[in-house]
Amino acid sequence: MQLTNRSKLVVNKELSWSEKLYLPAIFSGMMITIKHLFRKKATIQYPEQKREFSKVYRGKHILKRDEQGRENCTACGLCAVSCPAEAITMVSAERKKGEEHLYREEKYASSYEINMLRCIFCGLCEEACPKDAIYLTEELMPANYDRSNFIYGKDKLVQPLGTSAHPKTYKPYKK
Amino acid sequence: MEILLIDKVFLIVIVFAVSLVIALYSTLAERKVSAFLQDRLGPNRAGIFGLLQPVADGVKFFFKEDIIPNHADKALYILGPSISMITALMTSAVIPWGSYIEFDGRQIALQVADINIGILYVFAVVSIGVYGIMIGGWGSNNKFSLLGALRASSQMISYEIAMGLSIIAVVMMTGSMSLGEIVRQQHGFNWNIFYQPIGFLIFCICAFAECNRTPFDLPECEAELVGGYHTEYSSMKLGLYLFSEYINIFISSAIMSAMFFGGYNFPFMDLISSPNLLAALGLIAFFAKILFFIFFFMWVRWTIPRFRYDQLMTLGWKYLIPLALANIVVTGTVMLISSSFK
Amino acid sequence: MNNILFLSLSLVSIFSAIMVIFSKNPMYSILFLVLTFFTLAGHFAIFLGAEFLAIVNIIVYAGAIMVLFLFVVMLLNLNKESEPNTPMISKIAAIIAGGMFLLVLFSALTNQIYAPEPLYTKAGEIGLVKNLGKILFDEYLIPFEISSVLFLSAMVGAVMLGKKDLKQG
Repeated sequence: MQLTNRSKLVVNKELSWSEKLYLPAIFSGMMITIKHLFRKKATIQYPEQKREFSKVYRGKHILKRDEQGRENCTACGLCAVSCPAEAITMVSAERKKGEEHLYREEKYASSYEINMLRCIFCGLCEEACPKDAIYLTEELMPANYDRSNFIYGKDKLVQPLGTSAHPKTYKPYKK
Repeated sequence: MEILLIDKVFLIVIVFAVSLVIALYSTLAERKVSAFLQDRLGPNRAGIFGLLQPVADGVKFFFKEDIIPNHADKALYILGPSISMITALMTSAVIPWGSYIEFDGRQIALQVADINIGILYVFAVVSIGVYGIMIGGWGSNNKFSLLGALRASSQMISYEIAMGLSIIAVVMMTGSMSLGEIVRQQHGFNWNIFYQPIGFLIFCICAFAECNRTPFDLPECEAELVGGYHTEYSSMKLGLYLFSEYINIFISSAIMSAMFFGGYNFPFMDLISSPNLLAALGLIAFFAKILFFIFFFMWVRWTIPRFRYDQLMTLGWKYLIPLALANIVVTGTVMLISSSFK
Repeated sequence: MNNILFLSLSLVSIFSAIMVIFSKNPMYSILFLVLTFFTLAGHFAIFLGAEFLAIVNIIVYAGAIMVLFLFVVMLLNLNKESEPNTPMISKIAAIIAGGMFLLVLFSALTNQIYAPEPLYTKAGEIGLVKNLGKILFDEYLIPFEISSVLFLSAMVGAVMLGKKDLKQG
């Protein structure tokens, strides 16, 4: 089956005299390289210039709060079920009296961990979430020297208090 | 006599410095050219356009730890890069950089030594250059180094023959082996390339082989030999090896442009009467040619892949040497016929 | 000035020639031999005016033949263990033979040194390429051509030896 029309049939034929000379081939090769000398360069000068992310880029996760600063997550476990890499674990807990300003529903996740070494950033957790709680942001995953540091708990995942509901990088891609 | 000596010392120092600076910036040019040919930008962080990059590289080489392996032959290990560097620098003595300048009522020739056998001197020095690689490769007592050294020496010996034969045709035409005389006879636009295109082609290919440049860089072939003859070298000793390669490129570019492209001669040079202006323009013309050839070396390096070893030997012995011999015969015949018609 | 140059050059050449024999490592022997060739070339160029001879000496001997020697030594990897153990009697024989050779050489050379006049009084002329070429192709044409035939036969012989199977080839 021919996928592209760039494929060439390989023939093991004897080279003709002019081909054996190699000089025309070398010359045409050198013309190709010299053309590249004047081409636009593909380099992006990183710290000054940044490559624009795709509109559907999926980076580090965030656990969202609502407008009043309460965590959306109810620890239903749908994200963990939907995760193909089985990267998400959570422990649910019941909301006590006086914690209404912290958690939106009666049940919440007392611990919520994503193993970033397992995560494939597919975004299925975001699709599965019924409470608009987990989103994949445009933020890059930072590197680290220690594998244990790649297990992100709530301290790293929950949207910081006081930040607006939709800061730029936290924008969900569906919009 | 003493004034002459001072002139010469002055000239030697300038030539020495210029070769070093050009070699220094060839390293940057190599990286820039390779980058541009591959649609990249190359080093551009140290200084504008990365102009300070070679300085940074040099400083890095000096401050790196200088390791002499335990099992190496210490004396030879040190001797290797030194010979490479010395021979690379020695060749520049016979290259005519310009005709002459008038200064203080005297004519100062812009050539360190216009010896009678200039071109043979170049060959002699080049043939000594192979010792630097061989001694270094053997002295570091590493099988990859040794293999690299063996490859280098057999390659250089093989291509020296074709190189010498290609030059003979030019020497026949000129009737002199002195580089100064060869350049003088190419006055104006009467360049040897128009009479000896095949000779130039052979010489050019052999120059690539003698400099161990791609497509003939088998002595340092990274894929098979780790680093070739300088696998065990570190710090400034490695720097000297790499540096001598670039000086060799500079010198062979200079010799190519002097032998075949008229050296400091340029078209319509008779219109200029002032010798100093002529010398300055000639120097510019010569350096433009040299820089083009240095670029050419790099251009070829980033275009053509490396030869296989048997292909290298086949090319050298079965194609270049017979071609060079045929070139000599044809040149001789044409010279004989044209002289009988005069 | 010239005397100092001659003395130092001669000293270096004699020293390196001696070192060729006395170095334990064959690699060093060869390198000292190369140095000897260099000093000899220096003698040719500076004191005889034979630039061509000097350069050819360097190109051919130091640049090509010695490199091939180095090749062999590198590949054989000669060292002390593999050095053959010569019996005492052959050592004595070698000393006697060498001494006699030295005697012959010395007597031959003393005659040469006190020769009435040097071979070429116009030193500095004969060594130039032009004069040398004229002499080679004029006075000494026949020896020159004969030696070239000799080289050709040596080359053919080398090719024959290099062939794998003479019967098939």
